[in-house]
Amino acid sequence: MPAIKVIKPGFQSTIQDSGRFGYSHYGISISGAADNVALRIGNLIAGNDENVAAIEMTLTGGEFLFEDDAIISITGANFQPMIESSQVAMWSTIKIKAGHILSFKNSPDNARCYICINGGFNVPLVMESASTHLLTSMGGLKGRAIIKGDFIQYHKKNIDNKTYISLKKEILDKLYPQRELFVTIGPQSNYFSDETINLFSKSTFTVREDSNRMGLRLSGPKLERIIEEDIITEGVSLGAIQISHDAQPIILFVEHQTTGGYPKIANIISADLHRVGQLKPRDEIKFSFVSIDEANKLRKEIEALISSDSFVRI
Amino acid sequence: MNDNPVLKFASDRSILIKIGNDISVETHSKVVSVFNLISNSGIVGIQSIHPAYNSILVSFNPVLKSSDAIFNELNSLLSSTIDFTHVQYRTIEIPVCYQDEYAPDLADVARYNSLTADEVIYHHTKQNYIVYFLGFSPGFPYLGGMPKEIATPRLQTPRLKVPEGSVAIGGDQTGIYPVASPGGWRIIGRTPLKLFSPEKNPPALLQMGDRIKFLEITKEQFKKEQSCRQ
Repeated sequence: MPAIKVIKPGFQSTIQDSGRFGYSHYGISISGAADNVALRIGNLIAGNDENVAAIEMTLTGGEFLFEDDAIISITGANFQPMIESSQVAMWSTIKIKAGHILSFKNSPDNARCYICINGGFNVPLVMESASTHLLTSMGGLKGRAIIKGDFIQYHKKNIDNKTYISLKKEILDKLYPQRELFVTIGPQSNYFSDETINLFSKSTFTVREDSNRMGLRLSGPKLERIIEEDIITEGVSLGAIQISHDAQPIILFVEHQTTGGYPKIANIISADLHRVGQLKPRDEIKFSFVSIDEANKLRKEIEALISSDSFVRI
Repeated sequence: MNDNPVLKFASDRSILIKIGNDISVETHSKVVSVFNLISNSGIVGIQSIHPAYNSILVSFNPVLKSSDAIFNELNSLLSSTIDFTHVQYRTIEIPVCYQDEYAPDLADVARYNSLTADEVIYHHTKQNYIVYFLGFSPGFPYLGGMPKEIATPRLQTPRLKVPEGSVAIGGDQTGIYPVASPGGWRIIGRTPLKLFSPEKNPPALLQMGDRIKFLEITKEQFKKEQSCRQ
């Protein structure tokens, strides 16, 4: 089976697919790509089903030697990809030749960049998913981030008659709109006064350095609760925004602990979860409340963009 | 008091079902009944069902079915009369070595409660615990029923790494760490059993509703059992 060799892994690179669903009652969160939209689009461009496993790089990209010819795509944050000494296009089908090196730098703006490969990476499935869950050393490549010297195998397909496509520029702008993050009201909004909920939706919050795939810690104005005691521990949703005892918000993300006892003021809408995966430390964000109906409408708009109509042949 | 579960959206892809207002065996039995009812309902679009003390979080795939449709289906399922009486459970023995390097905080728990180490072990092993649910991290059981005689506050500073299998006390709760993880509970022993095995189906040794009993073993027995499982 052909493989790519890891020359440099980058800051934190893991194998991720669309996630490990249906195991929350065992205490297992979904994991999966932090920017699911970039993963899905990347797979379509590389000629795969949407949910095939890819390499997710964080903040700084790596260097990879291809031992065989391959068709790939690079999506998500622009980590300035190069093949040998030539720049290559993001969001487009690319052919890389045997013996060539794909390298990246870091990103000027967003946090995560994906490499999808025609045929898909070959890692054993754990509970039906290839996704790496770092905290518990589960899934992906031996349950860990990739390291120098790793060989990552992929399934060889006949690549000669692959159609080369590229995502239309205007679609990219629609997938990553420049606006505040939309949220629906959380299940414990009664823990906060109307003034505090107002403060939450009017203020700017900064992403802290100690944010990761488990959760994004934010700093901003204090969001004091009006009920002192914690809630009885319950299951938490992906994208829930809980307020801990320091009166600061945490966005629970793809590797979150499955239960919690802190009140949740809001929840990121499905249509914006992939944008959370692109946040970096020190980024400034704002929230805006929408209804469940509005959230559904926005999600349908995003889903409609993940289709063959969004690409042009190149 | 209305006994029927109450539903509300927790997000645009999840519904929180509240079942009672307390942590009790009675509420737990209802949670198990509702969990089984939803698990067997065959409602299309449900992705996961996470029970807790007095709630169940149902997550769904909004692409497969609209959130309103899922809400209405769950609501009508749970408005019917629910049979809370036929909850079956297993009883499982968990061997624990309460000695030396496996029990770094046993002496502190004893001192805090003005007991000897043997008395702490006696209280910890004397009764059955109920597995209310699994959650937090993979395979972690939320246990109920610890005697208040051995309740001890959490550590001031959590350990960066609690070894897999550690049995610990945090406040008036006791628990077992299925995988090595950070943790602030007081470690009083360790079990050689593997509580979480991702390659197995199901991946967790324990399940919601199990009754467990801790059984004291020696260091030699611990090592023997641990080598057996390799």
